[in-house]
Amino acid sequence: MSNCYLTPSQIKLKRKNISIMVILIVLIFITFIISMNTGVIKLTPLDILWTLLGQGDAQQQVILFEFRLPRIVIAVFVGMGLAISGAILQGVSKNALADPGILGINAGAGLAVMLYVSFFPITKAAPVYLLPVLAFIGAGLTAVIIYTLSYRRHEGITPMRLILTGVAVAAGISSAMIVLTLRLSPENYQFVATWLAGSIWGSNWLFVFSLLPWLVILLPFVFVKATVLNVLNLGELTAVGLGASIEKERRWLLVAAVGLAGASVSVSGGIGFVGLIAPHLARQLVGAKHQFLLPTAALLGGFLVLMADTVGRSIFEPSEIPTGIVVAVIGAPYFLYLLARLKE
Amino acid sequence: MTTSTEVGELNEIQKLQKRSHPIRGAVALIVGIIGLIFTFVLSISFGAADISLGTIWTAVTQYSPGLTTHQVIHDIRLPRVLGAALVGASFAVAGAIMQGMTRNPLADSGLLGLNSGAALMLAICFAFFPGLPYMYLILWSFVGAGLGVLIVYGIGSLSNGGLTPMRLVLAGAAVSTLLGALGEGIALYYRIGQNLAFWYAGGVSGTKWSHLQILSPWILIAMIGALTLSRSITVLSLGEEIAVGLGQRTAAVKVWGMMIVLILAGAAVSVLGAVGFVGLIIPHLTRYIVGHDYRWIISCSILYGALLVVLADLIARMLNPPYETPVGALIAFIGVPFFLYLARKGGKEL
Repeated sequence: MSNCYLTPSQIKLKRKNISIMVILIVLIFITFIISMNTGVIKLTPLDILWTLLGQGDAQQQVILFEFRLPRIVIAVFVGMGLAISGAILQGVSKNALADPGILGINAGAGLAVMLYVSFFPITKAAPVYLLPVLAFIGAGLTAVIIYTLSYRRHEGITPMRLILTGVAVAAGISSAMIVLTLRLSPENYQFVATWLAGSIWGSNWLFVFSLLPWLVILLPFVFVKATVLNVLNLGELTAVGLGASIEKERRWLLVAAVGLAGASVSVSGGIGFVGLIAPHLARQLVGAKHQFLLPTAALLGGFLVLMADTVGRSIFEPSEIPTGIVVAVIGAPYFLYLLARLKE
Repeated sequence: MTTSTEVGELNEIQKLQKRSHPIRGAVALIVGIIGLIFTFVLSISFGAADISLGTIWTAVTQYSPGLTTHQVIHDIRLPRVLGAALVGASFAVAGAIMQGMTRNPLADSGLLGLNSGAALMLAICFAFFPGLPYMYLILWSFVGAGLGVLIVYGIGSLSNGGLTPMRLVLAGAAVSTLLGALGEGIALYYRIGQNLAFWYAGGVSGTKWSHLQILSPWILIAMIGALTLSRSITVLSLGEEIAVGLGQRTAAVKVWGMMIVLILAGAAVSVLGAVGFVGLIIPHLTRYIVGHDYRWIISCSILYGALLVVLADLIARMLNPPYETPVGALIAFIGVPFFLYLARKGGKEL
């Protein structure tokens, strides 16, 4: 809904919002430099710069290009995917608590991984390529099941029904997982628990390229649909009045949310909190207009996961804290602080 | 002097009265009582050793410690069934109060940070003080649950604009995530996650008379409190403005409501772990049957919550003897299809 006649106050708002996004991009870049420097072998920022420009020695090249860079890229991608997925769900369902977990995405992916580990002992080679695929299939299947169960002829999907169905299915899946948990051997349990806590464990270009198409196709699609999300957020009646074909729009947006979250969860396990708080934080920063909210949420999500992954890698070197746990420990207090300070 | 707002409020109350079904409520109560007695008897007589009804009767009326069956009933079955009933009723009532207070149909006691607080404390106990006796574990879990609620409530009420339902729900989600992550981190680092899972999977099987003696007075007092408060919760569930307009001191109702939820859900979570489903489903079911009057909703929730957990505990013992299935998982399996049905009905009664 761009129009050429902006009032001075609107221009000011636009400037403020754009500068917030620029600040976030700068923050991501700074974290990127720090993250490149995080690990057992220390490199100076200058070394990193030279290596990135192709002037480093072989060892530096391997460390940066084969280990650190893919992991950083994945962290940012995952954060963006989860944040946008959450923003779509909150916008479509008008429920502040909606996040990708509500669609059963995390539960479905977790169950697939858990089933595999229950029946096939973990070998070092197989899971690296197999688990993301399994997780993605599990996430997708669960989303399809939830969608089917909440669909009714003549009225399609109502947000309330979708959320209730999602909660029910996710609860069913987690109870199946409790039963499976009790049967696992201790080392298999530890593996699954680490996966479920959410860690960027695929530091590998293959995973970067498997994530890339989802983001490249779905992010622009969602940004184009920003106005539709604005309308959906106004409520059903308004949306019908404005002539938006509710059911169709909502379905495609949900498909996008599932795709983004499924792809993200498949390479990172259950990083749950980003999809919930990134859209909320973005709303506090730039307001409820999705033209600004979506990119800001994406940048926030990317920054949050990258920072959490860097902290998780560095704090207890050489052992790592799962990224999902760090996200919660850093993100939750800040979120609470904002919640307490601001009027609704 | 009737202003338009007052007319609006009166309309709301009339609407509410239309949406409450006392006759259905009375029938539901009677059916619930009969059903509960029936499951009680079933649950005591079935198990690793089947016991006839006559024996149960004499075991209760003329207990003789010399008989093995009497001993089984008296020392193992009875406390276990009573424990299941208490826990189930507590979860259900706590969930009903939460849903009424926040006007959020997805709210249950887990949102208050109770479950994650209890789980975190339990993880700390397992990691740093291994070998604590059962009773201490329960007590510490309860302390953890209380801490969770305190943080959520503190942040909610100290913020600008006070404790709105939306703020409560969001603060609850954030605090739950935070405490949950800390507990998870400890469990991963000390490799005790599976032990925790086993502990919670044990459910009410280890309940003894001594535990009941400590738990039941608290739970009973809280239940009476919940019934006393039920009218105010009905008014509050109409929305903050209307409640204030009707002269309710909403802050006081919220504080009492929270206290009751803490005692009930805290006790239940400490014994059974985070079985969120009872608190979610039973209030929905009762609201669907008896309408929106919380006097009926809470009294029916007591019965049906107890019924659900006693039944689930019975099935958990029968499925795969002599092994027991985790009760929490079973409740979810019973609950899922039912909840899906409710969701399909369109969530109109929510």
